[in-house]
Amino acid sequence: MPNYRIHKTEYIDETKRVSFKYDGKTYFGCEGDTLASALLANGIHLVGRSFKYHRPRGIVSCGAEEPNAICQIGSKKDLTEPNVRATELELYEGLEASSQNCWPNVKFDIGGINNFISPLIPAGFYYKTFMWPKSFWKKVYEPLIRLSAGLGKSPTEPDPDIYDHKHVHYDVLVIGGGISGIIAAKMAAKNNLKTLLVDDKKILGGSTIYQNNEAIKIDDKLSSEWLKNEIQEINKLSNLTIKTRTSIAAYHGYNFLLAKENLTDHLPEEKKKNKIRQRLWKIRAKKVVIATGSIERPLVFNNNDRPGILLSNSINKYLDFYGVSCGENIILFTNNDSAYETSISLHKKGIKNLIVDLRKSASSELIKQAESLGIRIYFNHVVTNTFGYRKINSLEIMKLSEDGNTTVGNKIKLSCDCLGMSGGWTPMVHMHTQSGGKLNFRDDDQVFLPKENSEDQISVGSCNGDFDLENIIDKTVNKINKFLDIDNQDYQDTNIICSKENDKRNIWLLPNKIPLGKTKCFIDFQNDSTAKDIKLALKEGFRSIEHVKRYTTTGMATDQGKLSNMHALGIIADTAGVKMGTLGTTTFRPPFTPLTFGTLVGRNVGKFFEVVRKTSMHEWHVENNAEFENVGQWKRPWYYPKKGENMHDAVQRESKAARDSAGILDASTLGKIDIQGTDASEFLNRVYTNAWSKLAIGKCRYGLMLNEDGMVYDDGVTTRISENHYLMTTTTGGAANVLSKLEDYLQTEWPELDVYLTSVTDHYSTASICGPNSKKILNKLFPNLDLSDENFPHMSFKEDKLENINCRIMRISFTGEQSYEINIEAKYGHSLWKMCIEAGKEFNLTPYGTETMHLLRAEKGFIIVGQDTDGTMTPSDLQMDWIVSKKKFDFIGKRSLYRSDTVREDRKQLVGLLTDDPKEILEEGAQIVSDVKSKPIDMLGHVTSSYFSPNLNKSIALAVVRSGKTMKGQKLIIPMENKNINVTVSDTIFLDKENKRLNA
Amino acid sequence: MFLINCPFCGERDQSEFSSGGEAHIVRPKQPTELSDDEWAEYLFMRKNIKGIQFERWNHAHGCRKWFNVVRDTSNDKILSVYKMGEKPPVNYK
Repeated sequence: MPNYRIHKTEYIDETKRVSFKYDGKTYFGCEGDTLASALLANGIHLVGRSFKYHRPRGIVSCGAEEPNAICQIGSKKDLTEPNVRATELELYEGLEASSQNCWPNVKFDIGGINNFISPLIPAGFYYKTFMWPKSFWKKVYEPLIRLSAGLGKSPTEPDPDIYDHKHVHYDVLVIGGGISGIIAAKMAAKNNLKTLLVDDKKILGGSTIYQNNEAIKIDDKLSSEWLKNEIQEINKLSNLTIKTRTSIAAYHGYNFLLAKENLTDHLPEEKKKNKIRQRLWKIRAKKVVIATGSIERPLVFNNNDRPGILLSNSINKYLDFYGVSCGENIILFTNNDSAYETSISLHKKGIKNLIVDLRKSASSELIKQAESLGIRIYFNHVVTNTFGYRKINSLEIMKLSEDGNTTVGNKIKLSCDCLGMSGGWTPMVHMHTQSGGKLNFRDDDQVFLPKENSEDQISVGSCNGDFDLENIIDKTVNKINKFLDIDNQDYQDTNIICSKENDKRNIWLLPNKIPLGKTKCFIDFQNDSTAKDIKLALKEGFRSIEHVKRYTTTGMATDQGKLSNMHALGIIADTAGVKMGTLGTTTFRPPFTPLTFGTLVGRNVGKFFEVVRKTSMHEWHVENNAEFENVGQWKRPWYYPKKGENMHDAVQRESKAARDSAGILDASTLGKIDIQGTDASEFLNRVYTNAWSKLAIGKCRYGLMLNEDGMVYDDGVTTRISENHYLMTTTTGGAANVLSKLEDYLQTEWPELDVYLTSVTDHYSTASICGPNSKKILNKLFPNLDLSDENFPHMSFKEDKLENINCRIMRISFTGEQSYEINIEAKYGHSLWKMCIEAGKEFNLTPYGTETMHLLRAEKGFIIVGQDTDGTMTPSDLQMDWIVSKKKFDFIGKRSLYRSDTVREDRKQLVGLLTDDPKEILEEGAQIVSDVKSKPIDMLGHVTSSYFSPNLNKSIALAVVRSGKTMKGQKLIIPMENKNINVTVSDTIFLDKENKRLNA
Repeated sequence: MFLINCPFCGERDQSEFSSGGEAHIVRPKQPTELSDDEWAEYLFMRKNIKGIQFERWNHAHGCRKWFNVVRDTSNDKILSVYKMGEKPPVNYK
């Protein structure tokens, strides 16, 4: 097996070998490797197939910007992870990784045929091709596209890992642990500011940490040595927290940032167990220093995507940090000085290399050094083509014309096994723009730079466009002193020597003798978009960068165009003949690199996914076989099936028992608001549609609450407990909103009212007993209470004791039966319930759930807010004009009740529906029409509640129908998928219109 | 994610608050005397300004108090907070 590990570095422990599997084959790396560096050490460049043309692709970079080396980690159904960048994944014993987007394997891939038919798949291919015939879309095109779409495989079982969230506050947050970030963090922390420094790598130091060129020195030391000293010093600072393996995912307003910390992704399987995998940090910082550095640009030329073609600086890092050479015969193709550092470093380790430079000449220290070492340099030359299918084996260069627009002279063919490219540097302005910052364009080296506009945020170092070391250190120190309003003198006498780049030449799309249409000049490696695609988009009329991006999909892959966006912009600018700075950029959206769902969700999984509220009686319901329904956060018994019963059977039995003898309902979930104060009556007058001033103490009243727009918002019974004390009940789901709304009016519109509101929903448990035998059951529970209709009539309230515990008993009814609600302190709820059940045994007291409750009230035509209403129903629409006071001067929503729209007679109004076939049960939500022949069919309304009533032995329904009030007796039609159901409009009250049962 | 300085509790995360829309829209004292248009003006019409806007916020998961906020909607900077019933600061018009 080839070994490209050619020298020792302090970051790789060669004595500790780590075995891993790649595409099923076992390899060895060393402790300290990333998956990418270990693969390169084994001579492996080919790591995947491109998305569209299935071209062989190799490792390009050494960091977060990697477009090609994305792989699938693990093979377990619950733990596999797609799209992991091999350049960021730290190697561990037993790691299993495989390449993506190829079948049957990366070396021989059927999809590779796309490369040869590529002239047939230009930009916008899918938009253009799959448009017609229309009928083909569902059966032919979509299944085909789905087969070939997507990258990697998702896990198919729940994630077994643990994730965590943490909230922190700091005076200063420094993003990025390169040289400028380290200086900034040290200055802040030494000035007694609580500081957090985050870096996505395992160790601090950025690209300076492996810098070893003699032309670049700080205080007479190599810059890497100097920086190691600084790192040692900051490690001692007590008010500086350093978080490595932590990357900022998003920078929101008010200096609120999200960071992802990787805790176990670098550990072997057995050491990962029971540990938190990733932690999401929610950071609030008073000040933020952005020191995210810059990434190297590729160059755009024909066949610039072959395996073995990397970014020049990445070759340098693999060599000097990981000890790995990317080849034995390397060519560096550049338009700037930084590739010379790589070249000199390679040369010193004995790796043969030469340089192709776009520039006509150059004259910095680094260039002199390279020349004096005898490194061959082709100035004013350009790479025009590369060769080699699975790996580059040679290339052609040509001389550039004076203006750089074309090539001249003869082709020179050079052999190589690796090509390093450097098109300059792109400052990472993601964080700056995410925080709302704007950008300036610097023509000199074609970069977008942060425009300083905030007192709370600053960019330093190369993300601010400062590229040489002297500039970086001096500017960082000055800016941080000013930004933090401190006077740090630590770097006053620091002596910096560095090479200064004097010459620049930038060409976004390099010239070629071959017509563009016949070249493959890739811009976005991951999404396979080429310079030709961009030009085609412009030709077809696209102008906005946001449109070109979406049409060509440039920058839309998992790497979000970190390497490609600038070239796309540059080519658009050149083609359209405008200045690049005027085009703007596409939006830099979070996250900077993809996050796992687990990190975002944290601990809120399984039973912690949402709050569950249970009543005190819950355990009894469980023991008695209740099926539950979610109402808001509450678990409410839905029905109580007996052996062999389905839902329909259970509900029919429960409903019949409640009307024939007695039923009991857990009503604890209804919202309860305690209202006290000398203006409580006046307050109720203003929030309900009916009058409250004359309600006697000890009496109850039903109220309807509107929104200011006149639409029904909530309803419930309110009891006057004493002169200035009421207990309001609300719907289960509306409780919190009603309290908020009431508080709003109280605090903002009527602050003069002396009223206090307290939510007591959780403080009381409620058992509601209804039916002809309810009075007898109450008599057993409260033998001393006079239950006679004279003393304790419908809509009144008494207090009594149950074994010394106070109870509030309301005689109110939601079923139309004589019924009592017993309220007790919540901790006694379970006992109360059991005592009721015990007392009711001889009367066949039947527990019933929400479904029966809904059926019983539908028989009586009582509305359920939220089921029969939907925020567009006025009291009049509900045929409840009786509850709207004509005398009251004002109440919430009153004025809206006679707006021109609310008095319209053809509004949808609540009606009853009876099916011609009494056994036919309508579907809730079904549409109602009068004529099925006319097209389009005129929709009159829909069914809101529908049941089979066991007490009436027929199907009943409530519905909202246009002009319904005037339609009583009319025939209507409910068209269903396979039949039309004939119905007759009826009254909304189906049972006991005279309310005789209330006092039965 | 804003940091809102509740006048009763101090600086808290936005997730503790709920927004109540434009401030200083006074509920008419005699709604019955208003025309449909005048009532609709109160009920529906909101300025939705790009720039300095006066808003109501409620510390819903805190002290439950409503208060007013002056916010520049173009950059989300909160310029001032003040209690219900207090006069809006005059320097933001």
